[in-house]
Amino acid sequence: MEKIYERPSFTSPAIGMGFCPGCSHSTAHKLMAQALDKYGLRDKAVLIYPVGCGGLGKDWVRLNNIVALHGRAAAVGTAIKKCNPENIVISYQGDGDLAAIGMAETMHAANRGENLTVIFINNTNFGMTGGQMAPTTLLGQRTTTSPDGRDIERHGAPFKMAELIAELDAPKFVGRFALHDAKNVIKAQAAIDKAIRMQVEGKGYSFVELISLCPTNWKLNPVDSAKRVEKEILKEYPLGIFKDFE
Amino acid sequence: MEKSLLIAGFGGQGIMLIGKMLGFAASKAGMNATFYPSYGAEQRGGTANCTVIIADDEIGSPVSKKLDSLIAMNEPSFVRFVDRMKKGGVVIVNSSLVQSKVEDKDVQAFYVPANDLAQQLGSAQVANVVVLGAYIGATGVLDAAFAKQVVAEQLGKKPELLELNMKAFDAGMEAVKP
Amino acid sequence: MSKEFIKGNEAMAEAAVRGGCRFFAGYPITPQNDIPEYLSKRLFEVGGTFIQGESEIASINMVYGVAATGVRSMTSSSSPGLALKSEGISFIAGSRIPAVIINVARGGPALGTIQGAQQDYFASAKAIAPGGFRCFVVSPSTVQEAADLVYEAFEIADKYRTPVYVLTDGVIGNMMEIVELPPMRDPEEMLSSDAWRITKYNDDSSARQFSTYRPTGEMLTVDNIAMAELYEEWQEKEQRWEAFMMEDAEVVLTAYGSAGRIAKSAVKELRAQGIKAGLIRPITLFPFPNKAYENINYDKIDKIFVVEMSIPPQFVYDVELATKSQLDYININTSGGVIVETESIVDKVKESM
Repeated sequence: MEKIYERPSFTSPAIGMGFCPGCSHSTAHKLMAQALDKYGLRDKAVLIYPVGCGGLGKDWVRLNNIVALHGRAAAVGTAIKKCNPENIVISYQGDGDLAAIGMAETMHAANRGENLTVIFINNTNFGMTGGQMAPTTLLGQRTTTSPDGRDIERHGAPFKMAELIAELDAPKFVGRFALHDAKNVIKAQAAIDKAIRMQVEGKGYSFVELISLCPTNWKLNPVDSAKRVEKEILKEYPLGIFKDFE
Repeated sequence: MEKSLLIAGFGGQGIMLIGKMLGFAASKAGMNATFYPSYGAEQRGGTANCTVIIADDEIGSPVSKKLDSLIAMNEPSFVRFVDRMKKGGVVIVNSSLVQSKVEDKDVQAFYVPANDLAQQLGSAQVANVVVLGAYIGATGVLDAAFAKQVVAEQLGKKPELLELNMKAFDAGMEAVKP
Repeated sequence: MSKEFIKGNEAMAEAAVRGGCRFFAGYPITPQNDIPEYLSKRLFEVGGTFIQGESEIASINMVYGVAATGVRSMTSSSSPGLALKSEGISFIAGSRIPAVIINVARGGPALGTIQGAQQDYFASAKAIAPGGFRCFVVSPSTVQEAADLVYEAFEIADKYRTPVYVLTDGVIGNMMEIVELPPMRDPEEMLSSDAWRITKYNDDSSARQFSTYRPTGEMLTVDNIAMAELYEEWQEKEQRWEAFMMEDAEVVLTAYGSAGRIAKSAVKELRAQGIKAGLIRPITLFPFPNKAYENINYDKIDKIFVVEMSIPPQFVYDVELATKSQLDYININTSGGVIVETESIVDKVKESM
């Protein structure tokens, strides 16, 4: 019988991913692993893990990986790629890591046009520490540090990272995708495939933002979390490709 | 007097809540108390435990290697902690979910079908209050009437909620009566 | 005054508000998240300001700026976050600005664990950042003491115009205990003297400058000497400790912070077993309470048991200095977020007697 679907070759079925039920980190990890498999990059890949929930995936992927200091993944990745251009470097970061404490490194790596792939998990809060307000938190969204809801006067407006990065001259592929239903997951897979392929071809910096579910901290079940993405989040964060050099 | 209690089960069984309630009730009774939660990365569906220590005197460590009491709300918790009992200690076993039995003859075991009793009262949510009642009934660490009143009031002031929690507490007390 | 059964982190946050704190900036990190979460609501109720900074670095720099205007200010974090704040703390210390910093420490180095540990002793009491400055460092053993020390920290900070560093850990931060919270201070009495802070510009004499750069070594030496004199003053006036059952002690234990309360239990247990044990528990880590150790009867006592939740040990070096290397130092250590057990202290003491 022909095998038509299998686990990504280098993931460990014995070790759970450690993510909560319904969390999109699992999906994002699978897409990333499948893309690396598609191009046969297991031996060349180096994953840069963030501080935050994303880092829980590090034991599941049997790949070279390094956990960066909080927010500094793009800097760590820049140096690894510069000195080891044959490696395929993926900086996998959440919204606290990439858009709060790591904003400087994020923007400068993008502006230098490093030949990296950045995968950005936007779930509108700090997940690991228990659901605090993130730069991506929606206006009105209640979190443990915005108990009355995010307020534009007090907290500023949500950062639209994909749009910001698309404004820079150097990046070559920038887009926002979502992981709340099958149709969107297929599109996200295509974007991650493309971003990694472009790095292999030496085409430069790519940034894939993934609107993700965080049922635990949203205090919603996974089905309602997916509905929230459709009803609320995509209104603030439109999906699409903002820049495509190809 | 210094009594240690470890409460363990799945996340979502209200383990932390009854731990805090017990500490609160002890403090209202004029005793010293500590509550210490186990904490980890935020992942749902894992196991949870907390330690409550009640004493007349100042309390040192908020955790204890040897336990005076254990409330085991599920099988993995029972297996993990039952060997830490002191001689003469009290184990409250949630027999709705735990199949194992206490083998140590020097430990007093009370099998309380907490989920079933809670279900009979109309809400599976109050299984934690049932075992809390059982614990107080079995150990007498606090005056039962006082503890029941304080705990029920803390858990909800709405009359129907208050009554439900009081009944759950009583069901636990009843289940450990000799 | 009513007593409350309250979590360490929240007790410290509320005590800060009652002690006059009207500005807080911080960033999410476990196990101190309850402090910013609590203050994100509470500070606005008293007319104060809470900001979740975009980073640890931004947060401490917000404190630096606000504190220079005389507003009682605080930040909190946990071990790796303190590393990021360190340069900001050196600016606050170098500029002689009062501020309060809480470290709810966890196991290290780097990310380590999120459970409480005592591995930040050197990084808190000795060298927070380059430059040889110190903070006034206190370390509580109970939730009550944590609340009391945070409350008083604002007074000490103002009195000496220094950052006060509260070194606690995930054990104290996350446990609930009975606390009598201190009274609310009158806001009128809180504002620091106009003599040093940035206020309205009236004339050149009222303009203030905060800069830590000095064009010559001689000029910097003047500042450094003033700093040294300040630290000497603390050594003289501010050493604090608890001596527990030391009067007739034949066996001496020493420990601070969360290990201190556990060592105290061990002392009681040893006494119950007929062993005359006693405990010296430093409350200030800088100034270190050398005086506490001067009272040891060195004719009779030849060893000291140093309990510390850090491997390799750190606090023991200050104990050795304070006791002038006259004793045998027996380390009882756990690390990485493992809480030291009363039983293991008792066993080790009995074994070594």
